[in-house]
Amino acid sequence: MSRTSPLFSIMRRDLVLAFRQKNELLQPLLFFVMVITLFPLGIGPGPETLQKIGPGVIWVAAILSALLGMDKLFRDDFNDGSLEQLQLSNISLAWGMFIKVFVHWCGAFLPLLLISPLLALFLNLTPPMYWALIFTLALGTPLLSLVGAIAVALTVGLQRGGVLLSLLLIPVFIPLLIFATSAVDSAAMGLNYLPQLAIIGAMLCFAIAITPFAMSYAIRVSHH
Amino acid sequence: MFTWLHPYAKTERAYALCNTLLPYFLVTAIVGLVVGIIWGLLFAPSDYQQGDSFRIIYIHVPSAILSMSTYVAMAAAGFVGLVWQWKTAYMSMMAIAPVGAILTFISLFTGAAWGKPMWGTWWIWDARLTSQLILFFLYLGIMALYAAFSDKTQAGKSAAIMALVGVINIPIIHFSVEWWNTLHQGATITKFGQPSIASSMLWPLLISIAGFIGLIGTLTLMNLKNQILRREINRPWVTELLTTKEMNVNKEAN
Amino acid sequence: MNSETHLAEELPANQATIDINTLPQNNRVLLSAQGISCQKQDRILFEDISLTVASGELIHLQGTNGAGKTSLIRILVGLSTPDTGSVSLTNSSLDNYPLIYLGHKLGLNRHLSSVENLQFWANMHGVSISTDELYALLARFNLVGLEDVPSGELSAGQQRRVSLARTQLLPANIWILDEPYTSLDTQGVSFIQNLIDEFVEGGGAVLMTSHQSLQSRLPVKNITLEYRL
Repeated sequence: MSRTSPLFSIMRRDLVLAFRQKNELLQPLLFFVMVITLFPLGIGPGPETLQKIGPGVIWVAAILSALLGMDKLFRDDFNDGSLEQLQLSNISLAWGMFIKVFVHWCGAFLPLLLISPLLALFLNLTPPMYWALIFTLALGTPLLSLVGAIAVALTVGLQRGGVLLSLLLIPVFIPLLIFATSAVDSAAMGLNYLPQLAIIGAMLCFAIAITPFAMSYAIRVSHH
Repeated sequence: MFTWLHPYAKTERAYALCNTLLPYFLVTAIVGLVVGIIWGLLFAPSDYQQGDSFRIIYIHVPSAILSMSTYVAMAAAGFVGLVWQWKTAYMSMMAIAPVGAILTFISLFTGAAWGKPMWGTWWIWDARLTSQLILFFLYLGIMALYAAFSDKTQAGKSAAIMALVGVINIPIIHFSVEWWNTLHQGATITKFGQPSIASSMLWPLLISIAGFIGLIGTLTLMNLKNQILRREINRPWVTELLTTKEMNVNKEAN
Repeated sequence: MNSETHLAEELPANQATIDINTLPQNNRVLLSAQGISCQKQDRILFEDISLTVASGELIHLQGTNGAGKTSLIRILVGLSTPDTGSVSLTNSSLDNYPLIYLGHKLGLNRHLSSVENLQFWANMHGVSISTDELYALLARFNLVGLEDVPSGELSAGQQRRVSLARTQLLPANIWILDEPYTSLDTQGVSFIQNLIDEFVEGGGAVLMTSHQSLQSRLPVKNITLEYRL
């Protein structure tokens, strides 16, 4: 028997699974686009107004669609016992779950980054605003996934965890929303938005260091 | 280092400790609130800018200051629970939570009531009010999470993890909201500056803060006692305690 | 192995220790639990249980519904922590895979085929195995033709067999099986029992629960958990 990398195998399996369930990946993305479509309809199509509310709308929609999609992050693996087997294997549970979250991010947020030019068009964002938006999404959405995964791991054993998950996470996501939208606002005014990006980056680094342990502990509690 | 604490991991000892501590907190609460509020509302001089409406600070400021510390206390209890696996720590955490939530609500309510004469509107997205509102959401989330589990040990652990996530987040939230508020300042009037408060106004404030601390302690301990009894209802010492109480009540009735 | 003497000792749970004399001398202890107790929903399921699992032993854990068999097993494998006491696995540096656990949840993803599920499980444990080997293995488990069907489309008994096929993938020395016979037909039961017997004879140890009594050719050690109010 030859040795093989266990962490790599987890990544490959989750990617295969994500590919087989393409439809479910698309749903949060469609939700994201539709929510954003509602705003011009509800508020009015004035280009100035849209430009003003644009960054906030995109980020609020991103948070909502993250909450919607994240509910399923560990659910299947928890219900069919795969997470139990992962916990009992020689891999550290924290690493295993970190990889799962990473793959989930690739499936849920990379497409969102890819369609963001379309949204910039919808909401009449200027090119500097668009670049700021891309940077904040690239740094901020992994933070959403990592912090969210803790709450997902806590509620995964509950029958109806969906709404509870949002109640737990929305207050926690507020700082990210504030910094991200203000970065885009600064870009709109032609100001330097590096400080905001730096703060988001710092929060992301901190989250990478801490959250894998928190989520593995949380899943142990759920397995209790 | 903390070995002296270990006996209180047992519910029976914790219950006894509650009974010992309760009178002190109760006396502090009654004396502090009666003296502080009567002094503050009736005898302290009125503010030269705000007139009598400033007097709401004798309720608003203690509740606002303490709601944050109460959250930290709750998270600390959760941390103790996670590290030493104590049931009583989770119980105290959940005994503090509703008290803290109501305290936060009081500070929001009084803040809004104060805002009406000051700003001419009930609600304004002021930095402090907004942070309090988010804190209120954090409290509610933790209570909802705890209520969602039927196994209360599991519930305690989950709520403790979430409380710790929240406590790491509170400084970030606080900072970000302050910052957000200064960015969007254009629309709002800043709440008056921070003039040094006259000592004739400060003393009643300090006394009523002490009274609020006493009140929080009293309510938490009473809540904790109830939780212990409810969770340990099948234990012999609880049965004994309840039957002796019942006998005393019967005696008095006769 | 002393397969002629069928020693079925019925022990109350809180004294479920092994009489050392009945064991052959060369058997080493693989897993031992000291003074473990467990509470669920503020009800004490069991208290102060000590037990050891040594190589060459087949242990049948019995008890009425709700007595705490599954809770005990989850504590023994390390999925949940006991309220008091400790569990230790005797790890020699040679054993990379101390135990294989199969619980009520089978650990099969319903979108992956049997081969993929098994291959992933082996890879996760650091072992790579070829598809041909897996086809041969699944054939032994009477699953010819179902190798590439998504697991969600298999019947309950077939899924159970796929997940039991895992026991053949790793050189572990303990199998801990929670109700392995659920939804298996009689042929399946005797096939699995045969695997278990061979494994135990080869120096492994098996701790399992089952509602049926075991049709083993080996001595079975019974441990009974009593329902406590």
